[in-house]
Amino acid sequence: MAGNSGDLHESSEKLQPETVDRHRAVVSIMEELEAIDWYDQRIDAATNPELKAILAHNRDEEKEHAAMTLEWLRRHDPKLDEHLRTYLFTKKSVLEVEHEAEHGGDAGGSSSGDGSLGIGSLRG
Amino acid sequence: MNHLLREHAPISSEAWKEIDDEARRTLKVLLAARRLVDFKGPLGWTKSSVSLGRTEKLSPPLQEGVSCKIRKVLPLTELRIPFEVSREELDSIGRGARDPDLDPVRNAARAAAIAEDRAVFQGYEAAGITGIFAAAGKLKLTIPDKFSDYPDIVAEATHRLRSAGVNGPYGIALGPRCYTGLTRSTDRGVPIIDHVRELLDGPIVWAPAADGALVMSLRGGDFELSVGQDFSVGYLDHTSTSVLLYLQESFTFRVLSPEAAVPLTYAIQPTN
Repeated sequence: MAGNSGDLHESSEKLQPETVDRHRAVVSIMEELEAIDWYDQRIDAATNPELKAILAHNRDEEKEHAAMTLEWLRRHDPKLDEHLRTYLFTKKSVLEVEHEAEHGGDAGGSSSGDGSLGIGSLRG
Repeated sequence: MNHLLREHAPISSEAWKEIDDEARRTLKVLLAARRLVDFKGPLGWTKSSVSLGRTEKLSPPLQEGVSCKIRKVLPLTELRIPFEVSREELDSIGRGARDPDLDPVRNAARAAAIAEDRAVFQGYEAAGITGIFAAAGKLKLTIPDKFSDYPDIVAEATHRLRSAGVNGPYGIALGPRCYTGLTRSTDRGVPIIDHVRELLDGPIVWAPAADGALVMSLRGGDFELSVGQDFSVGYLDHTSTSVLLYLQESFTFRVLSPEAAVPLTYAIQPTN
């Protein structure tokens, strides 16, 4: 079960406010994902079709909440942003994407995922 | 493997890295417009056009009482510069050579950079691209004969931008004649380019493809370079002695606010 947002592992005086906010977001995402899991199981177990439909509707709302909070976390965590950009919405095997990200792809690989030189904007 | 077919080339990963690094270094030195205009992309190789948000009425309509319009778009232009690299030089990279002859890569990158900048600054009618010089022609000022008069003309250009309600920061693209003259000429011992720098809060950019100079706003939203596939090196063919590669890009350019730039042009166009 996810802890509450007061459950910090270090003394709060030693933590940056940004770290505590990210902790709140992480705990929220955990709660939403956990709720989805619970709903999935309850939907399987429920026998009344109308109740099943309501639970499925509620479960899908939790997915929206999880996605919104994950997006907030991505915007406030550059490394997470980098990894999400590498892996999300790709079509190759995830391990293949990981190999290319770690080892610069195969012999014909270039510095960016689309094979380009990655010049982009040069505005300072 | 994508459309660049790099995996088919008889080139080691070390040699590919040298080729890419050389092309990247040259492009970053020579590309001028990308220091001044908004960059949108990369939008991908499959992107074919940029929407203009407008329509054109079709005549005749399909049938009575039906209005037919076609969406207006600006197609992306493909640039491709083929070049040939010696396999002996590529092999030497594998042996640890620190000075491989990659002149063909540099030459291709130079041509590519000049081509993109020429389209942005001077335009490319065949591709439907209006350059900044032509789009902002109404506000143009004439370049003075004496380099010592440049600061005055740059001050006038920024005044015109402010008067048109265009905020800064303001930068300047200087064609080769302007740049060389301004860096070599001095006023009371101070290079004139430093006087120009004091008038601007944006970059001074050496722009080999510009004929004259452009004072322009960098506030954003005025000039848009849309790139599909950014500069990439692809593979075409090989023999036992050389590999045929190419440098490629797909892009287009739009001036959204002509009032956001003031061209500085020569009274008499130079003859080349």
